[in-house]
Amino acid sequence: MGILSTHKVLIVEDSRATRELLAAALSGLDGVEVHTAVSGFEALKVLPRHRFALIITDINMPDINGLELINFVKKNPHYKETPLFVVTTEGRPQDRDRGLQLGASEYVVKPFEVADVSALVRRYLKLR
Amino acid sequence: MAPPRALEEFVTEANEILETLSRELFVLDQQRGKEPDPDRLNAVFRGAHSLKGLAAMFGVDRLSRLAHRAEDALDALRLGKVPLDDRMIDTLIETLDMLQAMLARVSAGTSAPDLEVGADHLQDRLAELAKGRSLPAGDLLEQVGIDPQIRAVFTEYEEHRLRENVKKGVGLWKVRAVFGLDDFDTKLAALNARLKPLGEVVSTLPSSRPGDEASIAFDLVFGSGQSKSAIEAALDGATLSTLTTREGPVEVTPPPGPALSLPPQPRSPVPRPAPRWDDVSGSGLTPLAEPTSTSGLRLSPESSLRSLTQTVRVDIGRLDALMNSIGELLLIRSNINRLAESARQVGSGVALPKLWGQELQREARALERKLDELQKGVLDVRMVPLGQVFDKLTRLMRRLVRESGKDVDFAVSGGDVELDKLIVEELSDPLMHLLRNALDHGIEPPEVRRLHHKPSRGTIRLKAREQGNQVQLEVGDDGGGMDESRIRQVAVERGVATEEQTREMDRRDLLNLVFLPGFSTREDVSELSGRGVGLDVVKTNLARLSGLIDIDSRRGDGTTFTLTLPLTLAIIRALMVSVSGRTYAVPLSAVMEIASVRHADLQTIERREVFEVRGQTLPFVRLARVFRLPEVERERSFVVLVGLAQQRIGLAVDELIGQEDIVTKPLSGRLRAIPGVSGATELGDRRAVLVLDIGALMEELSRPQAAAS
Repeated sequence: MGILSTHKVLIVEDSRATRELLAAALSGLDGVEVHTAVSGFEALKVLPRHRFALIITDINMPDINGLELINFVKKNPHYKETPLFVVTTEGRPQDRDRGLQLGASEYVVKPFEVADVSALVRRYLKLR
Repeated sequence: MAPPRALEEFVTEANEILETLSRELFVLDQQRGKEPDPDRLNAVFRGAHSLKGLAAMFGVDRLSRLAHRAEDALDALRLGKVPLDDRMIDTLIETLDMLQAMLARVSAGTSAPDLEVGADHLQDRLAELAKGRSLPAGDLLEQVGIDPQIRAVFTEYEEHRLRENVKKGVGLWKVRAVFGLDDFDTKLAALNARLKPLGEVVSTLPSSRPGDEASIAFDLVFGSGQSKSAIEAALDGATLSTLTTREGPVEVTPPPGPALSLPPQPRSPVPRPAPRWDDVSGSGLTPLAEPTSTSGLRLSPESSLRSLTQTVRVDIGRLDALMNSIGELLLIRSNINRLAESARQVGSGVALPKLWGQELQREARALERKLDELQKGVLDVRMVPLGQVFDKLTRLMRRLVRESGKDVDFAVSGGDVELDKLIVEELSDPLMHLLRNALDHGIEPPEVRRLHHKPSRGTIRLKAREQGNQVQLEVGDDGGGMDESRIRQVAVERGVATEEQTREMDRRDLLNLVFLPGFSTREDVSELSGRGVGLDVVKTNLARLSGLIDIDSRRGDGTTFTLTLPLTLAIIRALMVSVSGRTYAVPLSAVMEIASVRHADLQTIERREVFEVRGQTLPFVRLARVFRLPEVERERSFVVLVGLAQQRIGLAVDELIGQEDIVTKPLSGRLRAIPGVSGATELGDRRAVLVLDIGALMEELSRPQAAAS
């Protein structure tokens, strides 16, 4: 895989252990470059700096919640085509529905198998 | 089950969550009977929620289940379905204790059958507490008419908080603030801090601003019983509008005139001095005006490009991170004190329990991690982009080009490369020298260029790029280049080298002669097509920064100087070597390569030992002799090839130990007199190790008496 075909994936997750678990799994995929943000705010800062092929976000975060982030991404002409997964601990059903309504492509509930998320990412990025 | 390393990460993070929970619960416990702060309740809820998910991710199901029950109870609590009474607080505190006990077992790798009964019991109690009245279905929010676009982004909890505000009959507002992308978090935190005493910020919605990539807008949904003017006084530039379309909130007639132009109200009772012209800079949104020069202190742009201040502007986020690290270090210190105390009580001659060792090991690992963080944090704070100096140089070059009457493009790249503030400052003058020389003496007049079939417009390049833990800077021109025969001639005339020596030199050595002091003076620069002015100064400046300078020039094609610098000075990476049983640190930035040399292959030139690497003859310096240590007889030595500026030598050592990050401390007293040593550093085992000063060492060795040892 050449450098040009690198897919940048942004993981927004305030839990360090979960973030690292996900990042480690996705970094193992050929042609994937993993970026991480520990909060919604950091995500807002990182977004304009790269062209992400995929965004994975948690819902429950201290500064802005995941729904607010999805809304921001999907309303911005630069990012709105970027597929976005929600990866979150099971919470209120209404929050889940809203996430999907706002434009999240996948909704993964913790605990998940890292391999499953990897497979989803591979499918969305059309990796072999 | 997750692998042990990952499990360790889990324990660390779960521990952090429990500590936060314990802090917040402590406050709730202290304020029994008062209406709890919704933010605090939500923080406790979030803690339980995160712990549930985290424990489940790492297969710690028992802990996850108990956290889940606590989350349910806290959810009911924050949504106002159940009251925060004594029973609730007591149960939550007991749950916290239980979770801590469970985590300790996970961390120790032991099972916890004895905790089962207690945990089951707590789960039942929490489930009972979570049962509350269901909320009335009638939608209060539809009645007041909230923009469905905004509602769509609310979590259920935020919706609940909004409903609570409607119930209280306070005004609902939308506060819109626009901030720069790089510091919006601090600005937003400041705005929140000003709003908090006046009401409740229910939600924060970011939105992009089309056509404006550098800033970001936030809509804060704000409930407040205060008057519009009171809120506006706290806004400091943000705009206020009502959130609801119907049933206007309690509203006091706003004062006439645009609220935005009101000066910020002084918030402290401290009397303030009379307003000054720059008082507007207190506003969060007004950029600081460039101080206009009123005092006549305007410096000539050529005198120096250094900043007049020793300060670094730091993103507050970087400082916050440092504070966090320090807080965590203090925590580790108290843990270690506790362990030391328990070891003391066990007494001497008695073996300490295994658990003690494990705990100590864990604390040591945590300490290591935090120190790494702290080190990185401090280094980050010192880093500034080279662009700060490049901008000044660009302005200066534009002016100089105009004055010179030459036709020159100035191409700059790599301004975003960051370096230690100290290095950036020290670099500005040497770079200015090199650029001036390129313009004055490198680039030929247009008519000469045309004569040589070159484009009449010349180019001077300034380029920076990061390479590992070094930065490489290039100053190049496509001018006339240097004349080797002329260099040879001047070197002999000036007595810098003998004719015989110059004949033996290769092109590179010859070019490097221009860095020697006394090689050239201002008068003869132009006949030499240039170089020489201040080049010895440039070299000295760079050596002080542990930098290397190299030169490449071809007659007719131009000249390029390459400067290689370490990213930072404060902490350096060093190669640890051993000589006659002692350890020394060699700054890695000066190390070029390592070779193994048979003593049988050594030669002697002018009573100095030399050896050959790829056709180059270099001095062979036995460190043992330099430091007057007993020498060990051996057939071959490791040779560390070091270079600084244009000089290179080989240091013979007994053993290579490895690389390490070291903090160099200056020497004091008697030790200061040791030549060739820049400082000392302490290794993990508390041994002090001397750090070699390669520049001083080379200077020392180039003196005649040093060769005679």
